[in-house]
Amino acid sequence: MKKDENVKLTAAQLAIGGLVEAGTGEAFHTGSWRSDRPVWNKDKCINCLTCWISCPDSAIKTAQDEKKGTVVVGIDYDHCKGCGICARECPPKVAALHMEAEKK
Amino acid sequence: MIKPVYSKGKLAAKTGNEVMAEAMRQIEPDVVAAYPITPATEIVQIFSQFVADGKVKTEFVAVESEHSAMSATLAASAAGARAMTGTSSQGLCLMWEMLNIAAGLRLPVVMAEVNRAISAPLNIHGDQSDAMGARDTGWIQIYSENSQEAYDNMIQAVKIAEKAKLPAMVTTDGFIISHCMEVVETYPDEDVKKFIGEYKPERYLLDTKRPFTMGSIELQDYYFEHRWQLAQAMRDAKKIAVDVAADFAKTFGRQYDLYEKYKLDDAEIAIVVIGSTAGTAKVVVDELREKGVKAGLLKVRVFRPFPAQDIAKDLAKVKALAVLDRADSCSGTFAPLYSDIASALFANGITSAKVVNYVYGLGGREIAPNHIAEVYDTLGKIAAGTQKPSTDVNYINVRIK
Repeated sequence: MKKDENVKLTAAQLAIGGLVEAGTGEAFHTGSWRSDRPVWNKDKCINCLTCWISCPDSAIKTAQDEKKGTVVVGIDYDHCKGCGICARECPPKVAALHMEAEKK
Repeated sequence: MIKPVYSKGKLAAKTGNEVMAEAMRQIEPDVVAAYPITPATEIVQIFSQFVADGKVKTEFVAVESEHSAMSATLAASAAGARAMTGTSSQGLCLMWEMLNIAAGLRLPVVMAEVNRAISAPLNIHGDQSDAMGARDTGWIQIYSENSQEAYDNMIQAVKIAEKAKLPAMVTTDGFIISHCMEVVETYPDEDVKKFIGEYKPERYLLDTKRPFTMGSIELQDYYFEHRWQLAQAMRDAKKIAVDVAADFAKTFGRQYDLYEKYKLDDAEIAIVVIGSTAGTAKVVVDELREKGVKAGLLKVRVFRPFPAQDIAKDLAKVKALAVLDRADSCSGTFAPLYSDIASALFANGITSAKVVNYVYGLGGREIAPNHIAEVYDTLGKIAAGTQKPSTDVNYINVRIK
């Protein structure tokens, strides 16, 4: 059940038992919490997907490539909280991710 | 003795616990998670034997506490299973946190609950303090007068809970029903299974095609609406319980209502009571009726939801009324059943009856026909105006001074 910030649903309109449909987190742009941002270097990336599996916010964007399979295509800055786990986990020899201070 | 009413019914001597386990075998839930506690131990012990013997396909989860038993049961229910458990007294107390969550998440868990005193002092015998402590947790509560009712209530509870989307507990009085052998009429497995039907939840967590979140936080803006839904579901459950009872009567022939009236229609003095003591009180009512005393009885079967309006209507003509509670409230004032009966009468404008409260039978203390006869004797005096009704709790068969 999507909850509009301004229109409050009534008891008759709400799903019973506080059931919330999956995927509502998408509407929350937690990226605004960020103080540091990860920067991804496409040329260095080997698509090992270590960052993707490590990201607690599913903020590593991927796509299907015919030859390479699943590849990294960028970072979802709407939801990335800037925790830096991706940059920490990216293999040091690859170093395709580094953190920069968020510009205010 | 129970008279058979169903053409395909079978009479057998069984204890309350045996017959509740038998009902569970016939219901054959997907999951049972339980922890043993006197006097309810046998229910899940017998049931676990059914599992071990391959008589049911139920997944039995032996847990390490009642808190875990209720957690696992409600989680199984959330996953989409028909889930049941059983407990008593301290076990129900330990479940308390999860009882509220089962109700709040609107999960139709069904529990066999054997009423037992709560500690301290430690006591294993029958009184209703345990279930009365859980009366406002959002659980449907169905109390049984005897083993037959316990069996019939278990079967009905599954259907009521699933329709109301509320958890339900069926209770028996510890030892008095749980361990006493009575003749009970049971119905064939296939007929019970047909009556309860297959459980098809609209939403369940193992439905990977329609994922959802359950139990998320709701603050000032949404919590209240969901608690209103819960309270309203309990109000709506009255009709559901009545409908299921009608369906049950049509199928098996045994009549039930939210409460039972025994020689109440023309009664001038009456007792309201819950559970096995109703059986004792009926004997006293019969004796008094033979002497020409217009005595009656109202036995509450479904205590949650509380059928306040109907009860008030049926007690409107009574001159003096005693509400017998097998639980004290330690509130400084009246016990639970009295409070609900008194507010039901008051809210419905019935102020003619003088209503007194008695607490009896705590920790399995004997309640004999002579004790109940004394209450009726007092009611007779109150009705005649020769004795003033007590304005505080009275106690039966306890040494005070």
